[in-house]
Amino acid sequence: MIRFLLRRLLGAAAVLLALAALTYLLFYAMPGDPAQLACGKGCTAPQLAQVRHALGTDQPLVQQFWTFLTTLVAGHGFSTGPSTVWCSAPCLGYSYQSNEAVTQMLLDRLPVDVSLALGAAALWLLLGIGTGLYAALKPGRWRDRITNTVILTLGSTPVFVMALLLLMGACVWLQILPFPNYVPITEDPAQWAQNLLLPWLAIALVSAAGYTRLTRAGVLETLNQDHIRTLRAYGYPERRIVLRHAVRGALPTVVTVAAMDIGMVLAGAVFTETMFGLPGLGKLAVESASTVDLPVVCGITLLAGALIVVANTVADLLHAALDPRVRI
Amino acid sequence: MTHPVLQVEDLRVIHPGPVTALDGLSFELAAGQVLGLVGESGSGKSAAALALLGLHRGTRTQVEGGVLLHRDDRPVLDLNRASDAELRTVRGRELAMVFQEPLTSLDPYRRIGTQIATAYRLHTGASRADARLRTAEVLDRVGIDPKRARDYPHQFSGGMRQRVLIAMALALRPRVLVADEPTTALDVTVQAQILRLLDELREETGMALVLVSHDVGVVGGLADEVVVLRQGRAVERGATARLLGRPEHPYTRALLQAVPRLDAPLPERDAPRADDVLVETEGLGVDFGSVRALRGVDLTVRRGETLGVVGESGSGKSTLGRTLVRLQDPTGGSVRFEGQDLASWRGRELRRRRHELQMVFQDPTSSLNPRRLIGDSVAEPLRVHGGRDEAKLRAEAVGLLERVGLDAAHADRYPHQLSGGQRQRAAIARALILRPKLVVCDEPVSALDVTTQAQVVSLLRELREEFELTLVFIAHDLAVVRSVSDRVAVMREGEVVETLSAAELTSPRHEYTRALLDAVPRLDAVGVN
Repeated sequence: MIRFLLRRLLGAAAVLLALAALTYLLFYAMPGDPAQLACGKGCTAPQLAQVRHALGTDQPLVQQFWTFLTTLVAGHGFSTGPSTVWCSAPCLGYSYQSNEAVTQMLLDRLPVDVSLALGAAALWLLLGIGTGLYAALKPGRWRDRITNTVILTLGSTPVFVMALLLLMGACVWLQILPFPNYVPITEDPAQWAQNLLLPWLAIALVSAAGYTRLTRAGVLETLNQDHIRTLRAYGYPERRIVLRHAVRGALPTVVTVAAMDIGMVLAGAVFTETMFGLPGLGKLAVESASTVDLPVVCGITLLAGALIVVANTVADLLHAALDPRVRI
Repeated sequence: MTHPVLQVEDLRVIHPGPVTALDGLSFELAAGQVLGLVGESGSGKSAAALALLGLHRGTRTQVEGGVLLHRDDRPVLDLNRASDAELRTVRGRELAMVFQEPLTSLDPYRRIGTQIATAYRLHTGASRADARLRTAEVLDRVGIDPKRARDYPHQFSGGMRQRVLIAMALALRPRVLVADEPTTALDVTVQAQILRLLDELREETGMALVLVSHDVGVVGGLADEVVVLRQGRAVERGATARLLGRPEHPYTRALLQAVPRLDAPLPERDAPRADDVLVETEGLGVDFGSVRALRGVDLTVRRGETLGVVGESGSGKSTLGRTLVRLQDPTGGSVRFEGQDLASWRGRELRRRRHELQMVFQDPTSSLNPRRLIGDSVAEPLRVHGGRDEAKLRAEAVGLLERVGLDAAHADRYPHQLSGGQRQRAAIARALILRPKLVVCDEPVSALDVTTQAQVVSLLRELREEFELTLVFIAHDLAVVRSVSDRVAVMREGEVVETLSAAELTSPRHEYTRALLDAVPRLDAVGVN
């Protein structure tokens, strides 16, 4: 267990390092001078040089990358003209465009994605496992087919179309909900939930399809196994066999996939955030990429990578916890 | 006859197709009595066993006739006409079942104690504490330390898992226990223990036992009465001693003859020359982490001989076999093939000579690719070794299929369209197509029923003459090994405890070999000559 976690930690460090290097390289190779952008129009040559020096872009690539890494673990001071801002570790850099430390920018936006991911996951698991079970109880019958059709249709709808439909339906035609406007949970939990309901639904309705199929297939496969026959031979009621034992067989896969999907949403749901105007990481990523705000983009990439590595590790741990045959 | 507890009347089981799996089986079973149901695969014996507990319900299989449960000499319930709820109350409580596959018949996600206790509480409404007590009691009775109730099924061996299933049945004190091939997946010593346990429990609790098996030897030792099934029909029935001693139906006779016997005369055969050694191992060791599968095995295989390898599961037989054909690299010692260390074969040399070493596996269902035609699977080794002319490849594959008793039509079928015996024949053809010098057969017949087993064994005997093969024949069945081998190596815990000639096998020097022999179910003990 400890060894597994240590191994994972080392692996994660390697992955993140490679990711950082790749992002740096990509932006270095991209046309456009961040210093020019930061300095603005009518920037004189000495000013530009000064900005370059402040940004560190006058250094060779390797040097820049090294500075980035040392900044991450030890912190760094950033000069903002008259004064110097100290950015403490873990420091992902400083955005001169928004005059803010990147770490703080990410921390400000992360709660949005955490709210989005956890709420959506709860809904999609409920929906997916529920419909999967419903379909598996009478495979091949009409209700199996109808569930399949409905779920597949929902699953093949792009999330921004789903978002649009929900917004139109709930806020324009039925007018049962106001247009979403993110409220932190710390301010007002009821408002938080109400405003996130539509984004949650949009992600959940689209994502549930995979879980329906996983659950249905897992349950049907387990029902064909020998140990289910043993339960029948001992007089277990069929409902109990399906709801407790067959679901148990499907669970490890469902949970593993869910952990990874949650990681993906945490790392930024660009479409959903954009459609519902949520101030999350995805939106920030798109904005900073279009303004070539290199430190922010790099920070988001690393955070997303870290979140996905963590999600994978959690998935493995959950799998081991759910299946006594798996040892890590 | 005493009061019956179970009465079966004209039981028919019809699979969709329609295929009549069981065509009119009737019997009565009294408390404490043992009925043996014997037949080859496809004889309908398992279909019958499942029907006794109404386990065909909810499938597309139709069951006709009556399965009457008696109490106080009166039929109280016809399982075939009972409602689902009625059926559930008697399943486990009155009739319990033990299955052929102990490895998969327990829920892998739940502790064994929980599984036993849950089944117990389901029928008795006992408290958790009482159920735990009862679980400890029955685990202890079947020879499992009650402390292990908190372990999961995968932490037990096959034999132990079968004990767990028996304990589960025992907990509810059923009046009838249906055991469907309870020992087929287990090796001889474990088989003997399980059979003894079943017999003791029957004696103690007075439960009646329906024992289903393809092995007359297994049934013969326990059953009071035997019914021989063939293609769904009971061709002969009678008291065990009479039926096995003086079988009337030719099919019963054939079945008895097919049972490999330790006292059968050995076929005459020129012993291979002792100085012509094909394979020699020296201090051969294989470690898997901390598990020592082989510990210093010294063995010679002479050119043209058949060397049998016997031992319980876990004794290292399969690892030895795999190492001999270089599917497994030794972690110590060496294998010398025609004087050359196998480890020295590398790259091109290995590719060029690999075909001289072939293997036939236990389970032809999983060793043949289910998505490829038999003909393609058999020709595949030629293709791997550079065969390009498809017409020639096919001709050669068909030729070999014919040689192993199949025909050209089989080449165009998929593995699932063949019977177990036919699949093993195809697997043998695939092993032979490259004209190997050494063929290792790892339990080649243990997944087959006795009649098919006898056919495959005699096929191997013919082929080894024709192809001048040297065979290493690995099996847990001593009688089968004795019937094909020139010499037999006996393995225990990764070591060869002794090597003796086939003739010497029945009078071994080593006590372990003696114990293995004693565990073999004996037909002569029940009056069969």
